[in-house]
Amino acid sequence: MTETIWLTIAGCTVVTFAIKAFGPVLMGGRELPDRVNGVIMLMAPALLAALVVSSALADGEHLHVGADTAGVAAGAGVLVLTRAGVLTSVLVAAVVTAGLRLLA
Amino acid sequence: MPSPVESAAEDSRASFRAGVRAAIPYAAVGGLLSMSFGVLARDAGFPVEAAIVMSAVVFAGSAQFAAVAILAGGGTAGAAIAAAALMNSRFLPMGIALGPSLPGRPALRAAQGQTVVDASWAMANRGDGTFDRWFLFGSTAPQYVTWMTGTTVGALGGDTLGDTSRFGLDAIYPMFFLALLIAEIKDRRTAAIAAAGAVVALSLIEIAPAGIPVLAASLVALWGLRRREQAA
Repeated sequence: MTETIWLTIAGCTVVTFAIKAFGPVLMGGRELPDRVNGVIMLMAPALLAALVVSSALADGEHLHVGADTAGVAAGAGVLVLTRAGVLTSVLVAAVVTAGLRLLA
Repeated sequence: MPSPVESAAEDSRASFRAGVRAAIPYAAVGGLLSMSFGVLARDAGFPVEAAIVMSAVVFAGSAQFAAVAILAGGGTAGAAIAAAALMNSRFLPMGIALGPSLPGRPALRAAQGQTVVDASWAMANRGDGTFDRWFLFGSTAPQYVTWMTGTTVGALGGDTLGDTSRFGLDAIYPMFFLALLIAEIKDRRTAAIAAAGAVVALSLIEIAPAGIPVLAASLVALWGLRRREQAA
């Protein structure tokens, strides 16, 4: 088991390094046409929205709505409606999730 | 009067410091996440030092969670590495977007590219297709520190914490990404792209391996190839 763990760590290190290096090595220092910059500008909202739904509305590879989904909704409400910061909204999300699990 | 070289160095330091400041709340959240990673890794049979080393050298939350979950379920190292690679596949488009903003030889650019984590990448984005690399480095620095601290605390103290889902720690990841997303939504166009990205990811979750839905959602950004009817 221990060898499997270290092998996994080594493998994850190599693939993560390669994935993060790929774009910078390939694209470094180039001037891109405006239309390509237009694509880059839109990547953050597309990727972040996908990360939100795949972590809040799924459990692994299945759609799943649970206490954590409600917690995130509560945290989002606090973030948007008040001037609370990221840390506060995260704590609200965790506390609401934990509270709902306690009641369940 | 400072020479252009000196004032450029001054700008870099200012950007770095601004990055550090902007990342503090995300770093605090990262500390909580990595604490639950430390606990989870110990539960999966990781020695304390393996959990800490993994955070130090992989430094990619969702990939670490995915790999540990697969080993915990009896999966092979190959399956765990493949899952981690898929979870990290979003760093391919992120790196391609960042690349033009990184100077230097390929090896140096590859090294600079290692500093990309979600929050830093999103915040270092100037919104015109370019990135402030010193802001990126600055915002990753405190996140690395808390990622290591949290992992160490979780790995050493996990036995007393027990099941971290009791504390609602699994709500932290989506909330973290949602806070970053809300900051990125500046107009109807970005809101529409975010909605489209969410729909693409949701429609693939049940049918594609974890990680692929997020990678596929990045294709929505190709909408940006359209000529702009009016200034955004």
